[in-house]
Amino acid sequence: MATLEIKDLHASVVLDDETTKPILKGVNLTINSGEVHAIMGPNGSGKSTLASTIAGHPKYVVDSGEVLLDGQNVLEMSVDERARAGLFLAMQYPVEIPGVTTSNFLRTAKTAIDGEAPSLRTWTKDVKAAMEQLKISPDMIQRNVNEGFSGGEKKRHEILQLELLKPKIALLDETDSGLDVDALKVVSEGVNRALENNDMGVMLITHYTRILRYIKPQFVHVFADGRVVDEGGPELADRLENEGYDRYLAQAK
Amino acid sequence: MPKLNETIRNAAEAAASAATAVAEKAAEKAKDVHDAVADKVDGVPVGDRRVAIPGMDQEGEKLAADHDRTGSGQTPREAPAASRAERFASYDVADFAPLTGKEEDFRFTPLKRLKGLHADELTGPAPVVVVDGPEAVRVETVGRDDARIGAAGKPEDRVAANAWSSFGEATVLTVPKEVELDAPVLVDIHGTDGTPAAQHLVVDAEPFSKALVVLRHHGTAVVSQNVEFRVGDSANLTVVTLQEWDDDAVHASAQQARLGRSASFKHVLVSLGGNLVRVAPSTRFDAPGGSVEMYGLTFVDAGQHLESRLFVDHAQPHCTSRVTYKSALQGENAHGVWVGDVLIRSTAEGTDTYELNRNLILNDGPRMDSVPNLEIETGLIAGAGHASTTGQLDDEHLYYLMSRGIPEDEARRLVVRGFLFEILQQIGVEDIEARLRQAVEDELTSANH
Repeated sequence: MATLEIKDLHASVVLDDETTKPILKGVNLTINSGEVHAIMGPNGSGKSTLASTIAGHPKYVVDSGEVLLDGQNVLEMSVDERARAGLFLAMQYPVEIPGVTTSNFLRTAKTAIDGEAPSLRTWTKDVKAAMEQLKISPDMIQRNVNEGFSGGEKKRHEILQLELLKPKIALLDETDSGLDVDALKVVSEGVNRALENNDMGVMLITHYTRILRYIKPQFVHVFADGRVVDEGGPELADRLENEGYDRYLAQAK
Repeated sequence: MPKLNETIRNAAEAAASAATAVAEKAAEKAKDVHDAVADKVDGVPVGDRRVAIPGMDQEGEKLAADHDRTGSGQTPREAPAASRAERFASYDVADFAPLTGKEEDFRFTPLKRLKGLHADELTGPAPVVVVDGPEAVRVETVGRDDARIGAAGKPEDRVAANAWSSFGEATVLTVPKEVELDAPVLVDIHGTDGTPAAQHLVVDAEPFSKALVVLRHHGTAVVSQNVEFRVGDSANLTVVTLQEWDDDAVHASAQQARLGRSASFKHVLVSLGGNLVRVAPSTRFDAPGGSVEMYGLTFVDAGQHLESRLFVDHAQPHCTSRVTYKSALQGENAHGVWVGDVLIRSTAEGTDTYELNRNLILNDGPRMDSVPNLEIETGLIAGAGHASTTGQLDDEHLYYLMSRGIPEDEARRLVVRGFLFEILQQIGVEDIEARLRQAVEDELTSANH
């Protein structure tokens, strides 16, 4: 049983000229393992900033507030410490890393997260099985991380890591964007398997309700202008599907 | 993650200053292209600057006489120089004017740190050469008058000529005709003395032979060296030159290769140790059909000056050359230099050449000068191109790896290993590759990230 608590979080983005611009303006949210929280909102509302700030991207600075994972202060941890504590961010735009094979990367990450190298035999088998389920071509394992991957392959590779690294809390940053419906189903099945097997909590960031047909949230939070402006159950997503975000945008201004 | 942030910013500044030379070069190129475009009749390029091959504007320009030695902004320009084709060469050091540091081929080299290799008589004992290899290889020590000496090329700079004028005897290694060696020839070159010295080596791969020769330089020395490679018709010679010197060594090495008809020559350079190491590998074709691959890995630490100056002289038709050099730099006053000259003479129709230089600056303080030069005197070629990039470790790469639990040090190592190890794989001798991989790991660990 794990809990991620976000308390009155204010954060800014560091711009290229090194000035900062406030994005998050007091976010409150609690996610327990086994729960799926959909964060929905218009473009530019700060959804991705929330995920990147929790993961510790150097481009974002926390101005005030707290992020706690099982009571531990996440904001004091380095990026790698956060991951080892049990956080995982499936990125919207995973980068290509030349010269590092996917195979080597996955094993190194697993070793870092678990604190010991995985047993060679079971590891190879686990990776192979997880790749098959996500319909990832077997040759990907020998290619460099994300290098030459299509958009869909990159997203599936993110979910592959999610399944193999078994985090306590997963942040999925627009994992649905750019996926056709078949790929979306495959990816969603991966997330659902992880939910079932790993007792994991999920923050599912999305602009559209499409993915919510495959990954069922218990909680829906509407995000606008850097904070949660409305909360409800799955029925709120249906309402957003019909009405859009206009109501909240007007409110936020 | 303020620490990473700061490192990245500092590295970015370092990289920006290091990239100045390259940027200026690019500006000159842009000017060249612009001139060429302006010189048209009815949309068809005319005159000396015409682009002979469609699409060659970006990658394959001829560097005209007044453009090919633009300075880095730090070194004053001397009188405009001719093309690389006209570079002066002589066996006699007296034919070269004393160096001032303003010469094109010495503008990046700190002369003081040559410890007299360019100016003094080279009277010290040459590093000891011990050859270990298959019995079929002949090893001889010969005098200056041996006919095989000088067959692969005249010295093209004062330091090399100084060694040529001074050396007493030479080591000649011969791979006899049609002999294909099944094991590498290991040439151990061990220095123990800091007195300026001269050395001469000849490797003669006779026609239809096949061999891999490893020159391993270690210990300490102040030495100027000429190494000649003769690659006979259809011979296949791989040379690995390892500079694993102690911290105080000074090493200048002119390594010249001549290829016969349809010969193959592969040259792999790895420079890790030494205070100042300047290796100048050059290759020339005596007949059509030759193929050259040149690889390089340098790891430059604080205070080191590691320089590589390449030349591929395409004077024969239907020859190919591929150059891939990479370096990693870390620490205060780590200075890397890469100059890659490729000349395609008017006779070299059907030439196919590409050269690539990539440099990775690991922290605050290093400087990298990278100067690719491509001169093309015929339009009838299969392909010609070059590329050079210098940058720091990408913060997004580190972030991605760290977000998967991998500690920063380990993440850096992963990226650098991936960057450098593909060069080591070209050596093809597993125990040497393993030793060098470990040496690179040690270099990475020694840095205070």
